[in-house]
Amino acid sequence: MKQQIQFREIDGGPRFYSLLGFIGLFVLAGLAAAFYMEHNGHYVTGMTNQIVWGTPHVFAVFLIVAASGALNVASISSVFGKTPYKPLARLSGLLAIALLVGGLAVLVLDLGRPDRLIVAMTKYNFKSIFAWNIFLYTGFMVIVGVYIWMMMERRMNRFTKVSGFFAFVWRLILTTGTGSIFGFLVARQAYDSALMAPMFVIMSFSFGLAIFILVLMAACKWSNRPLGDSILYRLKNLLGVFIASVLYFVAVYHLTNLYITENHGLERFLLLDGGIYTRLFWIVQVLIGSLLPLALLYLPSTGKSRGWIGIACTLVILGGLAQMYIIIIGGQAYPLEIFPGKEVSSSFFDGIVNSYTPSLPEVVLGIGGMAIALAAVVVGIRVLRFLPASLADELVDPHYSSDKAIA
Amino acid sequence: MTDNAPTDISRRRFLGGTATTVAGMVAPGVLLHEVAQARPADEPVSSTVRWGMLIDTNKCAQGCSECVDACAREHGLTGHGRPQTDAQWIRKVDLRDKQTGYTQTLPLLCQHCEHPPCVDVCPTGASFRRADGIVLVDKHICIGCRYCMMACPYKARSFVHETLEDQLPDSPRGKGTVESCNFCVVRVDTGRTPACVEACTAENHNAMVFGDMNDPASDISRQLKQYESRQIRANLELNTGVRYRGI
Amino acid sequence: MSNVMIKSGLLTLLAIAVLWVPALVRAGDSLLPSVPEAQRRVSETQGCVEPTADMRRNHMKYILHQRDETMHEGIRTKQFSLEECIDCHVSSAPDAPRVSSDKHFCNSCHTYAAVNIDCFECHADRPLAKPGKLSMTPASPSARLQTDENPVAVPPGDDRQLATEGLNHD
Repeated sequence: MKQQIQFREIDGGPRFYSLLGFIGLFVLAGLAAAFYMEHNGHYVTGMTNQIVWGTPHVFAVFLIVAASGALNVASISSVFGKTPYKPLARLSGLLAIALLVGGLAVLVLDLGRPDRLIVAMTKYNFKSIFAWNIFLYTGFMVIVGVYIWMMMERRMNRFTKVSGFFAFVWRLILTTGTGSIFGFLVARQAYDSALMAPMFVIMSFSFGLAIFILVLMAACKWSNRPLGDSILYRLKNLLGVFIASVLYFVAVYHLTNLYITENHGLERFLLLDGGIYTRLFWIVQVLIGSLLPLALLYLPSTGKSRGWIGIACTLVILGGLAQMYIIIIGGQAYPLEIFPGKEVSSSFFDGIVNSYTPSLPEVVLGIGGMAIALAAVVVGIRVLRFLPASLADELVDPHYSSDKAIA
Repeated sequence: MTDNAPTDISRRRFLGGTATTVAGMVAPGVLLHEVAQARPADEPVSSTVRWGMLIDTNKCAQGCSECVDACAREHGLTGHGRPQTDAQWIRKVDLRDKQTGYTQTLPLLCQHCEHPPCVDVCPTGASFRRADGIVLVDKHICIGCRYCMMACPYKARSFVHETLEDQLPDSPRGKGTVESCNFCVVRVDTGRTPACVEACTAENHNAMVFGDMNDPASDISRQLKQYESRQIRANLELNTGVRYRGI
Repeated sequence: MSNVMIKSGLLTLLAIAVLWVPALVRAGDSLLPSVPEAQRRVSETQGCVEPTADMRRNHMKYILHQRDETMHEGIRTKQFSLEECIDCHVSSAPDAPRVSSDKHFCNSCHTYAAVNIDCFECHADRPLAKPGKLSMTPASPSARLQTDENPVAVPPGDDRQLATEGLNHD
């Protein structure tokens, strides 16, 4: 008879506190960077009147997109009924909330007037997708919180499926809203597209799962809890499917733009002579961030090795950050097409590719956001029962037989 | 029908109707006359007026930046030696046709669209369109997210990247908020024209005309009706308040 | 330590604290803020556009209400206009206190009450120099952007009058 999976808090002790302290340093640095930016004004950053959203937004949008994707594992168990994923659902919910909090922290701290957050939460223009996103993000935290409660409270377990379903639908709407931030903009050629929203949904699947796998492997390893191959291989195979799906959307995006004559300038810029953006696209996003992880995850020689799986996940994250950088900053670097067919020049940098250099405060703030998310996860698994005591094959795998163990 | 009473009533009705008709013919003239003067300070703006600008690029001189200088003076747009982050509410744009080599120059400013994308995307409603057509930023509720800057098809908006001092009383502006041309709203509300238009006229270039596009008798309406004019990025169908001749 | 000892110890500490507060106040300071006088009065009997006691309590409401009316409806009545307040309450002399000091009219009370004011992030904290008596040389027309060292003077053609009329409630 199969044993029940137990959940247990991780132990405290010096290892816990030194890890938390290490992450805390990055959080403090991020807060210091935010204060420096707010006190002096944004002229100390690399963001300008031409590139208005910079590195903080790259990190923030990445974290927010990954947050909704991190909930995927829980959704697979609750909504699609796949029992091997059930033990991971709680951690998945925790990670989702933590990543969202981290992303939102970066976004809010980068505002020109972060002291006016109350204004943002009380005055709404409901034609703005940003306004809707405020509700979607806070609602997500509440709904996932309720979902986790349903999973943790034995008497509420019968509501897990329904709350999981709500959470699943909500996070699809949330990611659609995040992608629509860009998709709704007619002004810039890189954005004005209905493809943005579904592409962000698929990106969330990929980035969220990559982060989840890394967090799971690290949490189990450092708390000495067994993590069976069965569940790990399921996760990494799924990640491969998501990476390939993202490649598909990227391909459709560029192929469509290549067909449309007025977007040829943009495509030439992104794919050919955009300098850093072109290099980031081909080398980091496509090669290192998509094709290489696909190979690592599926080749028999590397796909069964934990080390290589971890490396593949890290590469996916790097590729994801590069993709966000290209979308957000590359999309602004390419000049607005205000006078088609004309060479344009002015004192306000019209008609030329806008330059941008990430500044230290921006990067530190972005990393600070990631640190906030990780700190929240570390504290969460310490104080509440998010992490299963064991994910060994005999507990997780429904088809496990002791014959395999002997072989 | 042979009674006197019905005939009397019908005569009264006729006189009443004539009076009403005459009043109706005269009243619009009276109303228009009132609109053409400065609106009283305690009266709210209304959509009976729509402020607009017509720029004749044929009269716009190469190398002239009177409108830009006047705007900077009027609003205290101090430069900090950092062109990438210094605010510009209006700028001269030089164009050269890639195929024909034809060159021209024109001032580009906030177009005060009827359907502004910046207003659509602002999460707090700080970017808004006043009833009389002027698109403004309510800097009291602007949180500095810069989404409107992403959304503007004309790159008309600027973000204040540093602490400001010595702002002009008629042009409050501060760090961390977004700003753009507001048609010199304080001047317009007190019966004057924007500083750029005034400067262009003072230099006798007369390339810029400002007025009420809803008033058929105004200078701008007559010119718009008589000469061909176009909107920049007209395909976006934003129905801009700023129109151009010669593009 | 018994209960009685703890209680009496605390009471002693409290008494010391209460008696020391006046001692901590520097000699020559009063406990109330010293609010600078305005440049003008509305009338013989009334200093400000509303009675002083009313203004002390409610000026923020008037300002906030006015700002929304001005911003969204273009109503520019002078009674509660922030510009008019500053015109009257703050001097335009170059050596007059700016809002960063607690001798500025607004901050004299606000530092005392420990309430941050946001207005002067954007709004001018002192009036322009009086027309006809420019304290700074006018900017040359060809200068495109003024630098911090050479702030702009009154724009040419600006003929606003000082806010002496229109202060009465109409």
